[in-house]
Amino acid sequence: MKFDPATIMRLKEKIAVYREFLKKWLEPSNLAELRPKLEFQTGVLAGFALIASVLLGVTNCSTEGTIQRRLDEDLKKSLEEVVPAALYDNDLLLDTLNIPSAEYNIGANETTVYIAKKSGQVSAVCFKFTAPDGYSGAINMIMGIDRNANILGVRVLSHKETPGLGDKIEVAKSDWILKFTGRSLDNLAPAKWAVKKDGGEFDQFAGATITPRKSVQAIYRGLQLFKAHQEQLINPASHQSRDKE
Amino acid sequence: MFISETYRKIAADGIWNNNIVFGQNLALCPLLAVTGTATNGLGMGLATLVVIIASNGLISAARHLIPGEIRIPIFVLLIAALVTLVDILMNAWAHELYKVLGLFIALIVTNCALLGRAEAFASKQSVKHALWDGLMMGLGFTLVLVALGAAREISASGTLFANASVLLGESFRFLEVTVIPGYKGFLLMALPPGGFIMLAFLIVGKRLIDQKLATRKVPVTVLTPVIAEEES
Repeated sequence: MKFDPATIMRLKEKIAVYREFLKKWLEPSNLAELRPKLEFQTGVLAGFALIASVLLGVTNCSTEGTIQRRLDEDLKKSLEEVVPAALYDNDLLLDTLNIPSAEYNIGANETTVYIAKKSGQVSAVCFKFTAPDGYSGAINMIMGIDRNANILGVRVLSHKETPGLGDKIEVAKSDWILKFTGRSLDNLAPAKWAVKKDGGEFDQFAGATITPRKSVQAIYRGLQLFKAHQEQLINPASHQSRDKE
Repeated sequence: MFISETYRKIAADGIWNNNIVFGQNLALCPLLAVTGTATNGLGMGLATLVVIIASNGLISAARHLIPGEIRIPIFVLLIAALVTLVDILMNAWAHELYKVLGLFIALIVTNCALLGRAEAFASKQSVKHALWDGLMMGLGFTLVLVALGAAREISASGTLFANASVLLGESFRFLEVTVIPGYKGFLLMALPPGGFIMLAFLIVGKRLIDQKLATRKVPVTVLTPVIAEEES
């Protein structure tokens, strides 16, 4: 689109007039006169609210997708930590199965299980679970289990435990959580699924017993959940039929 | 020379004399909540620093527009919008940092010091002075957070700047020190009451230093013009 020079000139003049007006209006002395007026005050408050909400709305809409992608990446990264990449060739985020988990006290009434498949055969599963009774709130964890019910890995995703004491359940701060790898309900007796203080297999921390105790118990319950649904989970036929429903 | 004198006065106020915590006794909620370790203190301090500079600058720039009668709702609106904006943008574009600092960002809304600076300083001063004040107040606050975090961390678990590399990146791993090897740990200091106790010690320490300074230079006080903070 092209404008003839006369139109552009006129537009420029108009803009100059507006700028002059705005400059005069924004003079502190002019604003000082306006400020006591009720209409001005209402207008200013409304203006600020409008600007703030438009700004927040636009930012929220334009970053929603990015944030969702980041969260998916996070989830994928935690999945990769507990299920070795060599074990699957499918997209874990798309291959899921929901199983009821209310009776296992692991935070949710329904647990989404991510299913790892290698050439069509289920090699491992992975799900998030929660110890709802940590020292200061829920401890959210993720666990990978191979098709023979051995733990491939456990990680803590988030928690509110005491910094410096209870936070040794994080892999970044101590290798405590790695001691679960290779364990299963078969190679460790139920009584041994506890901290050493309670006669179990796993260390407690100096100054923090409740955090590791509750974590161990939640991991044990997670394994029980898997055990109860093992057939359904590792048999691909069962969830293919489920997908079609 | 007057300009630099004013800037020096603002800096001294922000970092020491009128420090957010020591001088104004503000911002105790985020202060006690996050200073379990020096690293957390540093994270909270840096996040607050950014937001307080931005809020001071914005409010100072709009100060002629804001009528006195409705200034508080506008300040609250601006600060809350700013914090939310930083929160969303960091979550999207600096996600790794957000995972560490995310918790602190939302807590900044509860920081009355921001409102305090907006009311007492930014709404009456030029943008340049307000930005400088935000920087200095933020630095002073960061300093207290790190000092309190360090004192609590050393007495609670015998370490200093544990996990600094998670917050600042691998190259800052050298900051992580074990001050007292084989320390058994003192749980109280990691819990909120320990924060209050240690803060009391720090405030006493600051008062003692101030007293010493005051007795040393009694006769030679040149009255410098008090900046407008108390004037208008």
